[in-house]
Amino acid sequence: MISLAGRDILHSWGKFVLTGLGLGLLIGVTFTMAGVYRGMVDDARVLLNNSGADLWVVQKDTLGPYAESSSIPDDVYRGILGLPGVAQAANVTYLTMQVRKGKTDVRAMVVGFEPGQPGEPGYLVAGRRITRGHYEAVADVMSHFSVGDRIRIRRHEYTVVGLTRRMVSSGGDPMVFIPLKDAQEAQFLKDNDAIVNSRARTAANPALNRPGVPGLLEAIVASQTSNHNVNAVLVRVAEGRSAERVARDIRRWKHLQAYTRAQMEDILIAKLIATAAKQIGMFLAILTVVSAAIVAFIIYTMTLGKIREIAVLKLIGARDRTIAGMILQQALGLGVIGFVVGKIAATVWGPAFPKYVLLLPEDAARGFVIVMLVCVLASTLAIRAALKIDPATAIGG
Amino acid sequence: MKLSFSLPRQVWFAAVGAVLLIAFGWLATTSGPLAPIKVTVTRVAKGEVATALSGIGTVDARRAYLIGPTAAGRVRSVLVDVGDSVKAGQLLAEMDPVDLDKRVASAVAAALRGRSAVTTAEAQVQDAKSRQALAASEARRYVDLGKKNFVSQSVVDTKLQQQQSADAQLAAAESTLVSARQDLARLEADRAGAQQQRGNIRLRAPVDGVVTARDAEPGSTVIAGQSVLKLQEPGSLWVTVRLDQGRSAGLRAGLPAEITLRSNPGKARAGKVARVEPISDSVTEERIAQVAFDTLPPGVTSNEMADVTLHLPGVSDALIVPNASLHYRGAEVGVWLRADGKLRFVPVKTGATGLDGKVQIVEGLKAGDEVVVYSERELKDDSRIKVVDALGTAK
Repeated sequence: MISLAGRDILHSWGKFVLTGLGLGLLIGVTFTMAGVYRGMVDDARVLLNNSGADLWVVQKDTLGPYAESSSIPDDVYRGILGLPGVAQAANVTYLTMQVRKGKTDVRAMVVGFEPGQPGEPGYLVAGRRITRGHYEAVADVMSHFSVGDRIRIRRHEYTVVGLTRRMVSSGGDPMVFIPLKDAQEAQFLKDNDAIVNSRARTAANPALNRPGVPGLLEAIVASQTSNHNVNAVLVRVAEGRSAERVARDIRRWKHLQAYTRAQMEDILIAKLIATAAKQIGMFLAILTVVSAAIVAFIIYTMTLGKIREIAVLKLIGARDRTIAGMILQQALGLGVIGFVVGKIAATVWGPAFPKYVLLLPEDAARGFVIVMLVCVLASTLAIRAALKIDPATAIGG
Repeated sequence: MKLSFSLPRQVWFAAVGAVLLIAFGWLATTSGPLAPIKVTVTRVAKGEVATALSGIGTVDARRAYLIGPTAAGRVRSVLVDVGDSVKAGQLLAEMDPVDLDKRVASAVAAALRGRSAVTTAEAQVQDAKSRQALAASEARRYVDLGKKNFVSQSVVDTKLQQQQSADAQLAAAESTLVSARQDLARLEADRAGAQQQRGNIRLRAPVDGVVTARDAEPGSTVIAGQSVLKLQEPGSLWVTVRLDQGRSAGLRAGLPAEITLRSNPGKARAGKVARVEPISDSVTEERIAQVAFDTLPPGVTSNEMADVTLHLPGVSDALIVPNASLHYRGAEVGVWLRADGKLRFVPVKTGATGLDGKVQIVEGLKAGDEVVVYSERELKDDSRIKVVDALGTAK
């Protein structure tokens, strides 16, 4: 038995392939949009993964350190280390700012970490880890810095000694890792003019600049220009201990807020990127509907273009099933070509996006099912039209 | 569709389909979550780890002096300014003496009066001595006369009594003299004290040095302990370095150091650890050490920032891996070992670490083992990897 669909496709195969290509590009855009959404959620997830923590201890009544600002004294971690079930606790700071290199600047999240503790980048793609206590940095490749670059963060120059990958903030900004003490200073220390002004302001305060107390003013000024705060303490829970229990102890006795991984993920995904994700999600939904409609119309018009041939088939006594099968097979064939082209297109242009585009195999599978379903639905429309054709049109015209 | 050369349509269609399928398959396996993770590997080799400590510090003076009065007062004159070199003993500033000059004059007068009181007392002693001599000789004579019964016994007794009285008067006069002398010594001491106080409000340089601050101007009132001028010994400048406690193993006096001043970042200057402070900073978790320059660079200023690298004796013949290959798994540190094409996480014990990123492996690996250095993603036990020479760092 000959395949009617195959013969018809071969009859005008160029047109068929080009239609498939066009459809594929449209499906590719839809896949990319799904990838952008997945990438956004993944950005939030890698932020949590990379910190390597089980618990985030932040200022009481805040959703810090990513969604809200949080500030806690840097000696708090010692008290937390003393709690049962805590294996490691380390200070960490996060500050999103412009990092300058020469005349250009890059928006980056500057992370202050302690070596060998949670918060350190887990793997590198070039260079080495930080070995000095000050003025060395490890940057994400997305920042376009390279090993040996001198970058400027506030008042100090740092040498980029290593590069890492996929270390981004929830907003997709690349991370730059610097030693904690430098980060504390960078977060707090203002420019020279501001410091001089603040000193003058303090000196003008008669309560702080008393003639009878030599040294008081100097002590106050010194205390004003030092920072002993961090944004969060990352806690790694000892094996076999429940993170939730340790978090409860910290909340109850330390007057701090502690979030477990699940809670943090909820904060990041449900609160921080919620609106942006919904925006993309809305767009994705509309794009899916529009793509489905276009697929349906293409198949419908393709069928209508063959009215005469179908009428001839009917005239020579072809059964309805044969005709329906032909249209369905063509529609599915178009869908398969569209899916393959779309997937290839999305994979090819995905990495060119400035933010991460994550194309998941399960999304592709889901996309395939949807494409096939849409094709089947669209072909029913065309089949209905084809079955209504009067065989007389073959000769009547 | 019209084609210029004749090939069956099936072939064309099949070719397009094949190309699409191959491209699809290739992309699916080389990118995205299904692709193997690209890594670079290195072999563990023996070598030398040049260990060093690094810290930052500020230049300050080993000996700095606050010059000020010991009692509250008003500044009368300041004779030097910031930057002036001064010699030990040089008059730098003077406080307003207020009534000190008058008090010195009063003390001098009192001392003079004391001296004349001594002279008076001495004269009185002379007088008493002569009276006593006369009384003694008269008494002797009358005793002789009394023995020969030329005079009555009562006259003799009178003369003896006169002699005793003269003795007593002499003793009294001598005692007055001693007391006058003591009084004089007291007044002299008072006078010297007043003069010393007068001298004390003259602020003199304790050592040869440079004036670093002029904190009070003539006319201003300062209290005891407040400084009028600050001095420092220019030769005693050194760098107070703060080193992270966690990376300060091996810190001791005498270590050779490289000091890079912020004002001249291109040039490292040689120095030595002069002292390690016995108390470290518990808040910043840093240890504090003083590093002295071998030769003091010209123009170095106090409170200038400096980077300091301290060189420790290196470790030779050690198993070395780059520190980028160390990974943390929970609290455990280890490396990804590649053996028989499979990945395995091997916990290791690390030793010395060099500033160049070389890490000594004390336990867990042997020479020739292949370990993963860089990876595109976090590795897991079942990760598929593909070894490349270098990872693309474009993005």
